[in-house]
Amino acid sequence: MVGIINYGAGNIYSVLMGVKIFGKEAVVIETPEMVKKVEIIILPGVGAFEDGMRNLKERSISEAIVEEIERGKPFLGICLGFQLLFPRSEEGNSPGFNILKGKVKKFEFKKKEFRIPHMGWNKVKFIKEEKLFEKIPDETFFYFAHSYYPVPEDENIIAGITDYGVKFSSVVRKDNIVGVQFHPEKSGNYGLTFFKNFLEGKWLL
Amino acid sequence: MVAVRIIPCLDVKEGNVVKGIHFENLRFAGDPVEHAQFYSNEGADELVFLDISATIEGRKTMIDVVRKVAEVVFIPLTVGGGIRSIQDIENLLKAGADKVSINTAAVKNPSLIKEGAKKFGSQCIVVAIDGKKISENKWEVYIESGKTPTGIDVVEWSKKMEDYGAGEILLTSIDMDGTQEGYDVELTRKVAESVNIPVIASGGAGKLEHLLEVIKNGKASAVLLASILHFRKLTISTIKKFLKEKGVIVRI
Repeated sequence: MVGIINYGAGNIYSVLMGVKIFGKEAVVIETPEMVKKVEIIILPGVGAFEDGMRNLKERSISEAIVEEIERGKPFLGICLGFQLLFPRSEEGNSPGFNILKGKVKKFEFKKKEFRIPHMGWNKVKFIKEEKLFEKIPDETFFYFAHSYYPVPEDENIIAGITDYGVKFSSVVRKDNIVGVQFHPEKSGNYGLTFFKNFLEGKWLL
Repeated sequence: MVAVRIIPCLDVKEGNVVKGIHFENLRFAGDPVEHAQFYSNEGADELVFLDISATIEGRKTMIDVVRKVAEVVFIPLTVGGGIRSIQDIENLLKAGADKVSINTAAVKNPSLIKEGAKKFGSQCIVVAIDGKKISENKWEVYIESGKTPTGIDVVEWSKKMEDYGAGEILLTSIDMDGTQEGYDVELTRKVAESVNIPVIASGGAGKLEHLLEVIKNGKASAVLLASILHFRKLTISTIKKFLKEKGVIVRI
């Protein structure tokens, strides 16, 4: 069973539908008990780093998530759910999960050509061979909506990059952990293919 | 670089699409799911549903519409029309909307934009602005479906809404809307040059060149299209092919 963590606002219904479309059993979860019970964890995310972390703490599920990730449970972090894996963000003072080393930076541009938020469809360049990318062409457009971007310290975990004035890590994979800055649930058919690949788990082998 | 977005806009009244897709001898029934799937398959980058219901029941129906669409359509979905409170926003996001578009309520209660952006994130708060030209280089904000003048300057208002946390501006020229004679490029550029958030141009598209003009000269990040698509005067694939040939980045 796939658990989609609800920690406040935002559209998690599309994530739920995107998972269920493949016949996978999926539930929206908000307790540490359920985090432990499910076989796969998805941490979606729209909103702010501080609010997100506070909501997770208030629901006492942040510790459970970290524990389960460390025990090897497959994990997908989407957008803010990806950024929360890092120790800190320029978006606020709350510490993140500190599971991936690095930081989360704010887009800063002098030219108006690059508007903030980075909003819309942009290409993901695959820089590593990953089963997660099966049946998805290199440089496929995915949907993004964010003002901050992750900068992992360990470059070996970067699987996909996207160029928006700065080249940033739009997909990382480390052991059982997958983080994507785009929204698979809003990226049309290729987004759904990404979900399918993630759920099938060949990338774990 | 991020692609320029082509966004069809559908009017929904009491749960049914009105003035929907027309083929020469065939008119789509009013099913919003059918319309959303059609445009998503055709390559729409996002969808906007504008609720023009006159009744409270109609508004409630919109929640079901959003839920049904979100079950089968996996591109971003914006809902506008009659949104007045944080609770309204939350209900729509929970049902599967990604963004809400707020027009009249932003003028009457600007703190709604501030609170909404703080609670749900800027990326889901679109401020819709209907502007009417009042003199050279001056446009006034109108509310209540373009019926009521406010005395507010469009450029100043756009900047204020960005400060309040809006993630995008959906800018409609009242003068050009429905004319098919082209966008108010000047207005779009003025606003786009005054803010750092994306600006979606709306009102006046009649041919391909109009789109190119508002993207290149108006600095629009996206274009919103209604009847020109619904009446099949242009299709999303023709638009994208044309823009690509002209050097605009689009998702094909």
